[in-house]
Amino acid sequence: MSDCVFELSHVSYAYPQQPALDDLSLRIQRGERIALLGANGSGKSTLLRLLDALYFPGQGELKAFGELLSEAALADDEVNFAFRRRVGLVFQNPDVQLFNPTVFDEVAFGPLQLGWSSDEILRRVDAILARFAIGHLKHRAAHRLSGGEKKRVALASVLVIDPEVLLLDEPTAALDPESQGEVVRFLIESRHTGRTIVTATHDLDIVEDIADFVYVLADGKVVGAGAPAEILADQALLRQTHLAHAHWHVAADGSAHAHVHAHRHQHARPIDGDSPEK
Amino acid sequence: MSPEAAAALRKPRRRHLAQRLAQGLLRAMDQAQASESLAAGDGWLQGLDPRSKLIGALALIVSVVLTHSLAVVVGLFALALLLAWRSQLLAAGVCQRLWLSVLLFSGTIALPALVLVPGRALWQLPLPGWAVSEQGLRSAALLIARAETSSTLALLLIVSTPWTHVLKAMRCLGAPLVLVAILGMTHRYLFVLAQTAAQLFEARRSRIVAPMNGAQQRALATSAAGVVLSKAFWLSNEVHLAMISRGYRGEVRLLDDFHAHARDWLALLGALSVPLLILWGER
Repeated sequence: MSDCVFELSHVSYAYPQQPALDDLSLRIQRGERIALLGANGSGKSTLLRLLDALYFPGQGELKAFGELLSEAALADDEVNFAFRRRVGLVFQNPDVQLFNPTVFDEVAFGPLQLGWSSDEILRRVDAILARFAIGHLKHRAAHRLSGGEKKRVALASVLVIDPEVLLLDEPTAALDPESQGEVVRFLIESRHTGRTIVTATHDLDIVEDIADFVYVLADGKVVGAGAPAEILADQALLRQTHLAHAHWHVAADGSAHAHVHAHRHQHARPIDGDSPEK
Repeated sequence: MSPEAAAALRKPRRRHLAQRLAQGLLRAMDQAQASESLAAGDGWLQGLDPRSKLIGALALIVSVVLTHSLAVVVGLFALALLLAWRSQLLAAGVCQRLWLSVLLFSGTIALPALVLVPGRALWQLPLPGWAVSEQGLRSAALLIARAETSSTLALLLIVSTPWTHVLKAMRCLGAPLVLVAILGMTHRYLFVLAQTAAQLFEARRSRIVAPMNGAQQRALATSAAGVVLSKAFWLSNEVHLAMISRGYRGEVRLLDDFHAHARDWLALLGALSVPLLILWGER
């Protein structure tokens, strides 16, 4: 079995009014945790939608699990079923994703579309609701949930089918710090599951926790790639791609200057069995 | 401050159109949430199988339409009242709000029948000199009674049953998939759009510093409606993508976990016998 989950060769994609991706090539291996880093409008969300076969390349070639991913291929029910079973996308805006009347219906939607038996669906839904501690929201309407609860339901609704590949679009956007922490904790814990995770984000604070490899996007192109520490240390690249994290310092005379840096945490002792950072 | 501005501030302040619209939308959302809690109650109707309730409500509404007897319609209205009382829906005030709106709407339509339907004159209207006929009065009363009773029966179904169960019951009874799916998503996204519209009106209101005349207020409301419509269009595209992403291929599938008990069958039998009795009695 091929270890390459996604392979993009010279992929371009354009919306009617504007280009989104331009001659993009990259490979994502099985079990990798990838961060797609980029400012707003850099093409991260478009790339995720291509990886989830919601959009198809205008030019170039996109392969998933060694097979060409095209509109014609996905028109086949069997191919579509197999692909949807293996890849799940969590949208940035949970209101887009939570289209069912109750949390239970929402989480059961995917398994129902995949034709699972009622008993299996009930068992899986209960298990995933318990996993995300949202069992008490089971019969609640989506519009009555808080932002953090919506995000957890959105995650549960995708993970209930246990996909091999999880695509996340700005998973911590517009969440309070506690909810952000929960999402990051889930992504950290996921590294032991062997699941391939691709996260689009511009939050530099979480990159080291959620990714083993980073692609930096700007204007629809890959402008940088490497380990999180390398990317976060490359201040010139971060400035160029409008990702530099700046604190403003105010001097005694009232003038202000930016203090650009990335957050890095170094632990002297191993944590949860990890090897200490170098 | 200019004299005009001072005068505007002294004038008793009418609520701005944007404010009224925002408050109306928020009130509608509150009422919808309140009706969801009523459906979760432990009244008589809440305990029935949604399929029995749906068929029963339809049978009773058909009975209201079939009969030409005012006494039968009043009897069915009394039955609806009894059901509302046994299901703790009367105290919630939802029926009362409905009755007033239906009375105003159907009363406006029925009013001309009082003088237009020929028959035995009961009394003469003083100014135009038109005669109110007995037959006209009966027609108007029948129309209003039918409207009140049918809408009350429909309301009892909706407020005593979670919307998802109504949709599932419709699907179980053979309603087209597309219809059920559209109704389900419409209900869900009405809240998203209502919330968006309310926030939009509040944001606009926070930036209005001078009093606006009627035309300006209407222009503001119209432009806001346009923005909400364009957001609705964007949202519908995004939702479709989210559905495809999770395996949707045009066929909506639902879990059917309804279980009919003896009392569901009894209720169904009772409701179905009403139109049959009316048809037999009015032969």
